[in-house]
Amino acid sequence: MAKRIEASNVSSYYGSFKAIDSVSMTVEPKTITALIGPSGCGKSTFLRSINRMHEVLPNARIEGSLTIDDQNIYDPDVDVTAVRRMIGMVFQRPNPFPTMSIYENAVAGLKLNGVKKKSILDEAAEKSLRSANLWDEVKDRLDRPGAGLSGGQQQRLCIARTIAVEPQVVLMDEPCSALDPISTLAIEDLMFKLKDRFTIIIVTHNMQQAARVSDKTGFFSIDKTGDPGRLIEYDDTQKIFSNPAQKKTEDYITGRFG
Amino acid sequence: MSLLDREVPGVVMTPDNIRSRTLPVAVNLGIAVGAFVVAAAIVLGAGIGNWVLVVVLGAVFYLVGLNVVAGRIEGRRAARNRAMKALIYSACVLAILPLASVVWTLVSKGVARLDGNFFGTSMNNIGARDPEGGAYHAIIGTLEQVGIATLMSVPLGVLGAIYLVEYGRGKFAGTVRFFVDVMTGIPSIVAGLFILSFWVLIVSPWFNDGQPRFSGFAAALALAVLMLPTIVRSTEEMLRLVPGPLREGSYALGVPQWKTILSVVLPTALPGIVTGVMLAVARAAGETAPVLLVAGGAAAINFDPFAGNQQSLSLFVYQQAGDASRYAPDRAWTAALTLVALVLILTVAAKLLARRNKLSR
Ligand SMILES: Nc1ncnc2c1ncn2[C@@H]1O[C@H](COP(=O)(O)OP(=O)(O)O)[C@@H](O)[C@H]1O
Ligand SMILES: [Mg+2]
Repeated sequence: MAKRIEASNVSSYYGSFKAIDSVSMTVEPKTITALIGPSGCGKSTFLRSINRMHEVLPNARIEGSLTIDDQNIYDPDVDVTAVRRMIGMVFQRPNPFPTMSIYENAVAGLKLNGVKKKSILDEAAEKSLRSANLWDEVKDRLDRPGAGLSGGQQQRLCIARTIAVEPQVVLMDEPCSALDPISTLAIEDLMFKLKDRFTIIIVTHNMQQAARVSDKTGFFSIDKTGDPGRLIEYDDTQKIFSNPAQKKTEDYITGRFG
Repeated sequence: MSLLDREVPGVVMTPDNIRSRTLPVAVNLGIAVGAFVVAAAIVLGAGIGNWVLVVVLGAVFYLVGLNVVAGRIEGRRAARNRAMKALIYSACVLAILPLASVVWTLVSKGVARLDGNFFGTSMNNIGARDPEGGAYHAIIGTLEQVGIATLMSVPLGVLGAIYLVEYGRGKFAGTVRFFVDVMTGIPSIVAGLFILSFWVLIVSPWFNDGQPRFSGFAAALALAVLMLPTIVRSTEEMLRLVPGPLREGSYALGVPQWKTILSVVLPTALPGIVTGVMLAVARAAGETAPVLLVAGGAAAINFDPFAGNQQSLSLFVYQQAGDASRYAPDRAWTAALTLVALVLILTVAAKLLARRNKLSR
């Protein structure tokens, strides 16, 4: 049950600093959307605004509206934890819980939310680890610490952890930037697989990756340091990479940026 | 010629010379022996000191000699490296010496009364001429007082630290933090006086027909006052070390904040928190003044911490050390040894329990 996301005029602030300025985009269910753009243009900020992770930081706030299947997630009576359960997130640096085993990491979201039955947890652990293409590598050492895996395995463990709670949307913030090419390919394969079940939004610095995996691409940019980031162009990936409408996009994609 | 070569010659070896001569171990040993012989000759010959001065002077001679000789053989940079290493090693030995000496003194003097009688009896009806008498009552007192103080201060302290790190924003949190800092510096006698005037003189009469009375519980209160700021402070530091992305990783799974703190943040910080708590426990177990002020000390066994005078190990040491009986010093030493051993055992046990996780590494 993937969901449609609609952002309209989203502006996010850190204190008085405006990091992104009126971003509007619609993300269709069961698609992969890539967000590209230079560093500091607000891709992470926008992504974190989608699952209300932005407000975790002190003084961070947001304007505009963000709806998931026509429910505004910023309505005052919305439960933040419910939003986050529905919209999972994978971070740039793998962050498995250091005190937990591989198994416990995989089902952390279920366990910490109150699921106790061992049979359910076992099943969920195997299913999510299989979905994350990690099962075969770890099935013999599920009780070992999650932090003892390699970087790529840790990231897939984090993906397993995220999809174990069966969200409808998965956000990924440069999930491959700390990984080697082989692990990166493993995660890209995984994204194709997950596309059947989830709406995926991924931030990436890797243009080839964006072109390979995504259906739609959004290009963010800033004019100069201190200005808020803007969504310059948002279109089919095919179009963005072959015939972008904006000069800026073309410059960035062809490497003539700045 | 590279920039480094030009500006700091000798730092970078040229590509065709990456080998260098090293100082033979025999020469190193020779310098050490020579340094101590020269030091001994000077000190003992001139009669200006004893073996302590020989060691100190010998160490200085050794460092200087090593630097000079190694400089000749290995070059300046390598020699400086060697001298610094030797300096760090000697500083380490110097730091450990007093500790080792304390332990040695405690053990050597403490074994005299390390017998069943000491651990099985109190000082009740023990006169100045009796060689027996023990610290059973003091051990009971210390365990009860420190135990109760820990039970009170650990939950309060940890929850306070959680408030400061996870929830506290603005003026109120700043004020709390400031007072915790101030309280860290409270002298123990002041904490004792505070409990004396507040608990012993005002509150305890309500429970005792209008008569104020000493109790082990009052001592525990004073110890808790002393432990609290240490626990808050150290726990706060440990919680701050837990990386933000770990919390966010948990939030992103839809886990509420309190559950994140309980199941992700606290377990990650646990080893550090336990270390802080054990420092506070060790300090509390060694406090004498507050116990003397509000529990009063006792010669007999008193299991009830809520009624009547109680003894503690540190107070026992203090009293026996000042006692006129010729059997008292031995008791004081053994009690001191017991106190140190007790703290050691508690610390080791706590660390074992709180080992990062039960996962095999
Ligand atoms: N925690 C923060 N506090 C203040 N400013 C921030 C914070 N995180 C990011 N920013 C600022 O917001 C802007 C956008 O950052 P970010 O969303 O991380 O960009 P990107 O992910 O595209 O590299 C940058 O100018 C950055 O300096
Ligand atoms: Mg970013």
